[in-house]
Amino acid sequence: MAHGHHTSGHSNQVQPRDPAKIKHLLVVTGILAFLTGIEFVLAFTMHRGHLLTTAFVLLTFVKTFYIVGEFMHLKYEVKLLIWAIVLPVMFIVWLITALLMESGYVLDEIRFIFG
Amino acid sequence: MATVVIDEKENKNIWAGAAEPFKASYGKLMMWFFLLSDTLSFSGLLITYGFSRFDHEAYSGAVSAFKASVDYWPIPEKVFTHIPFFHINAPLVFVGLMTFILILSSVTMVLAVEAGHRNDKKDVQKWMLWTILGGLAFLSCQAWEWSIFITGTAEGLTVTDPDGTIRFIQGASLIQNEYGPRLFADLFFFITGFHGTHVFSGVVINTLVFYNVTVGTYDRIGSYEMVEKVGLYWHFVDLVWVFVFTFFYLV
Repeated sequence: MAHGHHTSGHSNQVQPRDPAKIKHLLVVTGILAFLTGIEFVLAFTMHRGHLLTTAFVLLTFVKTFYIVGEFMHLKYEVKLLIWAIVLPVMFIVWLITALLMESGYVLDEIRFIFG
Repeated sequence: MATVVIDEKENKNIWAGAAEPFKASYGKLMMWFFLLSDTLSFSGLLITYGFSRFDHEAYSGAVSAFKASVDYWPIPEKVFTHIPFFHINAPLVFVGLMTFILILSSVTMVLAVEAGHRNDKKDVQKWMLWTILGGLAFLSCQAWEWSIFITGTAEGLTVTDPDGTIRFIQGASLIQNEYGPRLFADLFFFITGFHGTHVFSGVVINTLVFYNVTVGTYDRIGSYEMVEKVGLYWHFVDLVWVFVFTFFYLV
């Protein structure tokens, strides 16, 4: 756990490895490699278009979930911390979506103003 | 008025200081919030990429018949087809290798953090060293890819300007690009360069932490939390690459 290293008298003692924990990390690694593999296969087998783009975005989000949740350990932090990070990120995702959806209008306006 | 005796310990407001409301240290929290602000920087680049891409024509013909032109956005798998030592057409294989190297270095970083929780100095050293090596390998791959991209292909690209001048373009720079519109090369340099700078900083910070581990600083402090903090940064850099891989190379 994230908070298992509080400084106490005997905390400097080396503890043995926990095989279950390491196995769990390797499983997560396997999942990440597998998802990247799927992305590769899709890139060469599917037709380019909205469906493929959606598949890529979804797979990227799944990978994000594993990297942030497991590797960065966010899944195991207190709820408050999880939301303090996830909520702003949700707004950023919306910012990206909104700006990309309105990109044509924004570019038109830029051309209109600057010629 | 009745006097109410308040047990300071029992009713202590967790937001009044000297407590950890998030059950995480100050340094770790600030690393999280820094990463949040860095997310905004990279989102800016992602949005810029989207804008530039939508502003150009998309290639509409068959993928197998693709030919580079400054008139439409290229298909990345037709641009990044080189791997070192072999003169074959290997689309995206090298980028896939780079992705794999970075994910692996993320794993060794998790193992270093895990070893830090157990105060196992030897293991922390070992895994930190692997992480640093992974970062250096990634940077070398990127340097190679940049040099291929800048040098260009033997065929190059001949373009006719609106005023009728015919130009021969070979390779890519910030002002000309044989693979497609000029902005494609600009954004390639900007996005992978900004990410590469993050990787480079990560390697430097990891090396400093490795040094501190080796001289026993964290043993003296009694906590290996610094490994955890640089770990957060390193995973974030890995995560950004996952996004660059998807939105620059795949989509």
